[in-house]
Amino acid sequence: MSQAVVAKLKSAFAASVLEVKEHRGEVTVTVKKEDIVAICQFLKDEAGYNFLCDLCGVDYLGQQPRFMVVYNLYNITTKERLRVKVAVAEDDASVDTVSTVWATANWPERECWDLMGISFNNHPDLRRILMPADWVGHPLRKDYPLQGPDREPYQGRLS
Amino acid sequence: MPEMLSLSNDPILFICLMLAKILVVFIVVVLIVAYATYAERKIIGRMQTRLGPTMTGPLGLLQPIADGLKLFFKEDIIPAQASKLAFILAPMMILVPAFITIAVIPFGGDIVVGGYTMPLQISDLNIGILYILAMAGLGVYGIVLAGWASNNKYSLLGGVRSAAQVISYELAAGLSIIAVFMLSGTLSLRGIVAAQSASVLDWYIFSQPLAFCLFVITSLAEINRTPFDLPEAETELVSGFCTEYSSMKYALFFMAEYANMIVVSAITATLFLGGPAGPFAGPINLLLKIFFFMFLFIWIRATFPRVRYDQLMFMGWKVFLPLALLNIVITGAVVVFL
Amino acid sequence: MAKKETMTINMGPQHPSTHGVLQLVLELDGETVVDAVPHIGFLHRGVEKLAENRSYHRALPLTDRLDYLAPMSNNLGYVLAVEKLLGITDQIPERAKVVRVMMAELTRIKSHLVWLATHALDIGAMTVFLYCFREREQVMDMYEKLSGARMTSNYFRVGGLSLDLPEGFEADVLSFINDMPSHIDTYEGLLTGNKIWQKRTVGVAPISAEDAIDIGLTGPALRGSGVDWDLRRDNPYSGYEDYDFKVITRDGCDTFDRYKNRLDEMRESCKIIHQALDKLQPGPILADVPSVCLPAKKDVVNSIEGLIHQFKIITEGFKPEPGEVYQGIEAPKGELGYYIVSDGSANPFRMKIRPPSFVNLQALPQMVRGKFLADVIAAIGTLDIVLGEIDR
Repeated sequence: MSQAVVAKLKSAFAASVLEVKEHRGEVTVTVKKEDIVAICQFLKDEAGYNFLCDLCGVDYLGQQPRFMVVYNLYNITTKERLRVKVAVAEDDASVDTVSTVWATANWPERECWDLMGISFNNHPDLRRILMPADWVGHPLRKDYPLQGPDREPYQGRLS
Repeated sequence: MPEMLSLSNDPILFICLMLAKILVVFIVVVLIVAYATYAERKIIGRMQTRLGPTMTGPLGLLQPIADGLKLFFKEDIIPAQASKLAFILAPMMILVPAFITIAVIPFGGDIVVGGYTMPLQISDLNIGILYILAMAGLGVYGIVLAGWASNNKYSLLGGVRSAAQVISYELAAGLSIIAVFMLSGTLSLRGIVAAQSASVLDWYIFSQPLAFCLFVITSLAEINRTPFDLPEAETELVSGFCTEYSSMKYALFFMAEYANMIVVSAITATLFLGGPAGPFAGPINLLLKIFFFMFLFIWIRATFPRVRYDQLMFMGWKVFLPLALLNIVITGAVVVFL
Repeated sequence: MAKKETMTINMGPQHPSTHGVLQLVLELDGETVVDAVPHIGFLHRGVEKLAENRSYHRALPLTDRLDYLAPMSNNLGYVLAVEKLLGITDQIPERAKVVRVMMAELTRIKSHLVWLATHALDIGAMTVFLYCFREREQVMDMYEKLSGARMTSNYFRVGGLSLDLPEGFEADVLSFINDMPSHIDTYEGLLTGNKIWQKRTVGVAPISAEDAIDIGLTGPALRGSGVDWDLRRDNPYSGYEDYDFKVITRDGCDTFDRYKNRLDEMRESCKIIHQALDKLQPGPILADVPSVCLPAKKDVVNSIEGLIHQFKIITEGFKPEPGEVYQGIEAPKGELGYYIVSDGSANPFRMKIRPPSFVNLQALPQMVRGKFLADVIAAIGTLDIVLGEIDR
């Protein structure tokens, strides 16, 4: 079933779909970040993915582009999952917000901004959510120290 | 029957006996207030499958003394921005009306002392019930003052809520007992007790069941007990109007709550259950009835959730007030035509 | 016409009824709420970043501390996600799957008991709190017998369970779930028919089905708005497809329906545990995947191969193939999701936790706009949030 959806998506947005991968029974579609709102709207209206389970950022330090924003979608009627990823470069770390498509994206996008530093254009309320409002830096990035700023690293064994 | 003792026939004996009565009543009420806290904790504890205080003294009986000492020794904090005079005055303004209402409760018949008859009642005002309602009204001032003087939004919300609540329910309470003195023909509490003294069936609870229920429920609202304890709803407004109070002032608030409970129980017993009438000696009967109502109030606290503010207002104005008026109409019709 | 001023009141991080360190800034117009803005992050411990620095086995205790009222659920989600990543989901032995289901349902009962206790306490019924905690003590005793800890159990392992069931455990569980329905009836007797409870919960904090799906609500809160969705039935895991249970859905969209939902879910959990106890057969508790699962203790102490095997797994960990998975389970509070990215090393490259309470809390402002202050408390209670998983 997901294959049918992916085929539909490819036919509607042929230029935007960069890669389709299947791993452990899950389908991941990588798309261009400029069309993300249109693609999400399409997936919600035409393919029935009316539930956004999760939205997060992943930091691939050392690769170009550095960040990936991952959208995990779910179709309540057919009980199917789909993953959509967009690549975000470090120097232009911004994506359009999908909170107009699913209102649930509001807080996860704030968290992504707070912890990863990926800003979302046209977000209704983009401010820090987990860290204090005056915090400097984005803690979940790979180049941010685990022990936090101004501290010595933990001397014992972590792993 | 010897003469009634008064200031004109033997002033010294009169004054001594009056002071003795006041002292006895005051001590008894304060003791009941102290042990009411203990009883509440024990009873609610048992209803919640736990023990309540057991460690302080045998069976935890010294718990109220321990609480009193603790509160006495705590630091007395007055917020810097609070209005000092009002802040200190507020607990007193709640406690004093509660205590002085006891002055009109008859706790026994007449006894003969030194050749004169003396009523077992501190003061037999011939407008007894009016006096009680007036004192209840004074209690509102204390709560509002406490809420406002604390300079704290939570306290203000608590004070305002409480004021609205007490005023609304006072009306219903007052109206519900009008029927009682339509039947007895007098406002004096001694007269009402006398009118019920013939037999158990004369007690007004049997002829005025609706008034009795209304009075008990509306009194719960007047004394800010669950299910009407929004002003001190810990889970919503932290501690409502007494958030900023500490040490003895806080203790006074809680003494006032239990004192109010006792007063309401005493009034209900007097108006509807014949006061000191019963199988044992006068004061013992009254105490038993008071204890029964206090147990009832504690039981209600353990069982019911809290009513929301707008629902409380709705009930007070649109349910209890009309019912009280209906009761008056029916009683009036019965009295006139039968 | 005088301009009406609204009062801003702060239900600060320390408050008796915000179930943890949640700060709600309320704008009130008298008693009516104009807006409610939640501020979170006071319990942020950086679980996701910590997990990136630990091997997969060592990241497991971090998950206990997310929803600390339902620790085995969090463990379950994590081990299922890692097993999916490794591709060993169908090698998990039957006994491990049955015990996992049994403990997940016991955890559901435990979490719902705390929910009921605190929800009732907030609304004013103190006695229910004590009764629920009495039952919860029994569940915590069972946790302790099984895993050694009352709360942070850390019991499941990637590939199965850490320890087998102790002697007499099944009898304990059976006696508990035989008594549980009568206890639930006691709570219902105190609350459901109580006019004051009904007045405080019927019609309070409503949210329609479309709004709920849009805002991302999941779990019993969503099912109270009429949406029939339960991951145990729709995307089954750990053998849930073999169990016979009802998914409780009600149409009222209000607090009372969510309350009834959770009570009925507790009853259904008792039924599932009965079926699990019937299904329980002796057998292995760990999958036979040497690169992932620890060997049996007797092999470790008696043979050099066992010792080396244990040493390698504990020090190096296992290295899944590069890839990513998303595993969602039906935790007591909603859909708990783990999105794990592996880059071929022994540590998870990225572990994103999708906490149900985080997304559910977003729905709070629209549930209480225009309602009274007392309803805010009821709304927080009915959403059943726990700050450990919101803040991670």
